[in-house]
Amino acid sequence: MNNTLKTYLNLTTNAAPLAVFRIGFGLLMFYGIVRYWVKGWIETVYIQPKFHFKYYGFEWVQTLGNYTYILFIICGIASLLIAFGFKYRLAIIAFFLSFTYIELMEKTTYLNHYYFISILSFLMIFLPANKYFSVDAYRSNIQYQNIPKWTIDSIKLLLGIVYFYAGLAKINSDWLLRAQPLKTWLPSKYDLPFIGESVMQQNWFHYAMSWSGMFYDLLIPFFLLYRKTRTVAFAFVVIFHIFTRVLFPIGMFPYVMIVSALIFFDAKLHLKIIIFIKKLWRISSAKAIETKEAFQLKNKKIILPIIGVFLVLQLLIPFRYLLYPGELFWTEEGYRFSWRVMLIEKMGNTTFKIVDGKTNAFFYVNNSDFLTPLQEKQMSFQPDFIIEYAHYLGNHFKNQGHKNIEVYAKSYVVLNGRLSEPFVDETVNLYAEKESFKPKSWILPFTDDIKGL
Amino acid sequence: MIKRLIVVAIFSLAIFACTESDDVSSGNETNDTFDRTAILTNIADNIIIPAYQDLNADLITLVNSKDAFIANVNQANLNVLRTDWFNAYKTYQAVQMFQIGKAKELLFEEQINIYPTNTTDIENNITSGTYDLSYVDNNDAVGFPAVDYMLYGVANDDTAIVNVYTNTNYKTYLSDLIDQMQVLNNTVLIDWTSNYRDNFVLNTANVESGALNQLLNAFVFYYEKRLRAEKVGIPAGVFSSTPLPSKVEAFYKEDNSKELLLAALNAVQNTFNGKAYASNNEGESYKTYLIALNRNDLVDAINTRFNAAKQKVQNLDTNLKNQVEIDNTKMTEAYDAIQLAVVSLKSDMLSAFNVSVSYADADGD
Repeated sequence: MNNTLKTYLNLTTNAAPLAVFRIGFGLLMFYGIVRYWVKGWIETVYIQPKFHFKYYGFEWVQTLGNYTYILFIICGIASLLIAFGFKYRLAIIAFFLSFTYIELMEKTTYLNHYYFISILSFLMIFLPANKYFSVDAYRSNIQYQNIPKWTIDSIKLLLGIVYFYAGLAKINSDWLLRAQPLKTWLPSKYDLPFIGESVMQQNWFHYAMSWSGMFYDLLIPFFLLYRKTRTVAFAFVVIFHIFTRVLFPIGMFPYVMIVSALIFFDAKLHLKIIIFIKKLWRISSAKAIETKEAFQLKNKKIILPIIGVFLVLQLLIPFRYLLYPGELFWTEEGYRFSWRVMLIEKMGNTTFKIVDGKTNAFFYVNNSDFLTPLQEKQMSFQPDFIIEYAHYLGNHFKNQGHKNIEVYAKSYVVLNGRLSEPFVDETVNLYAEKESFKPKSWILPFTDDIKGL
Repeated sequence: MIKRLIVVAIFSLAIFACTESDDVSSGNETNDTFDRTAILTNIADNIIIPAYQDLNADLITLVNSKDAFIANVNQANLNVLRTDWFNAYKTYQAVQMFQIGKAKELLFEEQINIYPTNTTDIENNITSGTYDLSYVDNNDAVGFPAVDYMLYGVANDDTAIVNVYTNTNYKTYLSDLIDQMQVLNNTVLIDWTSNYRDNFVLNTANVESGALNQLLNAFVFYYEKRLRAEKVGIPAGVFSSTPLPSKVEAFYKEDNSKELLLAALNAVQNTFNGKAYASNNEGESYKTYLIALNRNDLVDAINTRFNAAKQKVQNLDTNLKNQVEIDNTKMTEAYDAIQLAVVSLKSDMLSAFNVSVSYADADGD
């Protein structure tokens, strides 16, 4: 076992796929940052709100007011440097830190694909992506033909994990037996040409899309790995992601996945891509660069264990929901960081009552006085948001001079096309509850049953 | 070869997908699905336009009785004026939920029903004699609430009130207020009946600017903020440490407040059920759309909650200010019942329609 591992770790492969991946990643990230800026979301998400939701354990992450733009500029420049492969190690670390910091500032905008970009950029810190077809290689006069095979395989594994776990997440009775949430989402796309008024409304289509979505996610990593099915599989990747892009407002995710999937192809394709890029940009080697045979990582004793632990964590984290009681889709304890992508339709209505514990005088809070519409929407059906907001409200009114503050929430949540049900125990003083990793006793039990993973 | 095909496919699909624009399509292809144009047509032709027309007629009557009163200031004419004011106010309850199109552009509801009215601003306007009623700072000094003050609150009893109108400035202000209300409503009505309605019924795209989306967003906003909070919640002190009875609608003619609330509640439920303004016919509307989506459970839940809310409101004193002062629990119970329908409309119904909601401008995942 140890011998096969050692042999495997010493295998090498052509460096071109990793170089192309690096370029694609850098350019897509740059486009993503620019797009975010141009849409004005930096302002509306990070600067305008009075209050920002934070991740548990990361409450110390400060928002930066107008300096947020500088953070985005750093991130954007870093992504360009990554694409060019200029000062790669510095750039990828800067990108990882700045991008992750951006995400940590506001929990409201958690998206699975932002999480993916964070962990992917973390992994890429340790990969030799600038050893071929990069400015760094050019300036150092050395490029490497081959790199350790595990460096490219680790990216394939990460992508495989994303798809496979997304597929596992779809193995539940709501998705497969009730065709929810697609049954709610598809009919509303009636203004799509050709299919909007016909196929999208049909019951059989909702089931077909649910089942084929599950099979796609579960099987595509394997079809991409196997050479004979690779090209067809990639065609499916393109079709799937473009189709979901047309249907749902999921931003950069489809493009990131399509470009990332290229890494499954052999070096032949990537060398062709590099030649294409060279022609496009009229890059010719102005000076002779020595091409060395194979690049070996330094500090393997440190790097390999780090990556090993990282990958094991990625495999285990999506299963932490098993440690919590109750229905996952309802309580959402352990829901994030698990590739549960576009899996449920959930909407809530949560209002808060501030009570003076001694006099029992109370008043309701207008959420719009404190939260942006997007924040209110996310808060209304996620318990960790609810308790964080309850504490914010409690502190706010305490500072205003109200005494003996107790905070109660009245909450109704709609899940996957069911009628709204009470979500939070309205007799529990949330201001006295603490956030922790323990299960939240004040979430009311789900009155229906969803079977599956 | 296959690789080339893939490249072509990628490019063409990418171009197709890159249109993340807000296009309005005419959605009139042959379909075997629910007809959104039918909803929009029913609501526009049988609910919105007849309501505006009725309001216009009432406002013209109001203008006439105002002219009569100004020509001949006496108790009898004041009484007629008061009755006509209340009739128009009641009719108005049926249109406030449709704050879209021209009404939105003109800030119609802000210029006709902001309360409590600001008596200081009113008196200042009257004293100075120069004012621009459409100026946004005057929103709390115009419209039905301002006329409420002018007819009932401007002095301590009827004799004193009649006496006030020997002053030309008061007459002028009253006249200008009422004229402005009729002009505004007329503008909105004409816009509807000229070209807005035709574009409206064809605007079926499921985007923020789509007609159905605008209707639903305005409808839900009205029910939650204007009806639930302003008519009931705020006076009952639900959002403050103490009740605020002076914030009821029609504060100066206090015993009108419940009737206005009931008229509003009925209008909301009627719109949901697609009931025509001027008859008992029910046409296409949110209810039939939900039924087409197999959500009869939700239709029943919504109507049950509306009925329960109406019940609680029926049990209130005709004078809501009195109710707050004497037994506020009944008010908070009515508030809770009204609130339950908010949940059904804002969470259940909007989720079922998967309507492109106005505020959620962000990527999803």
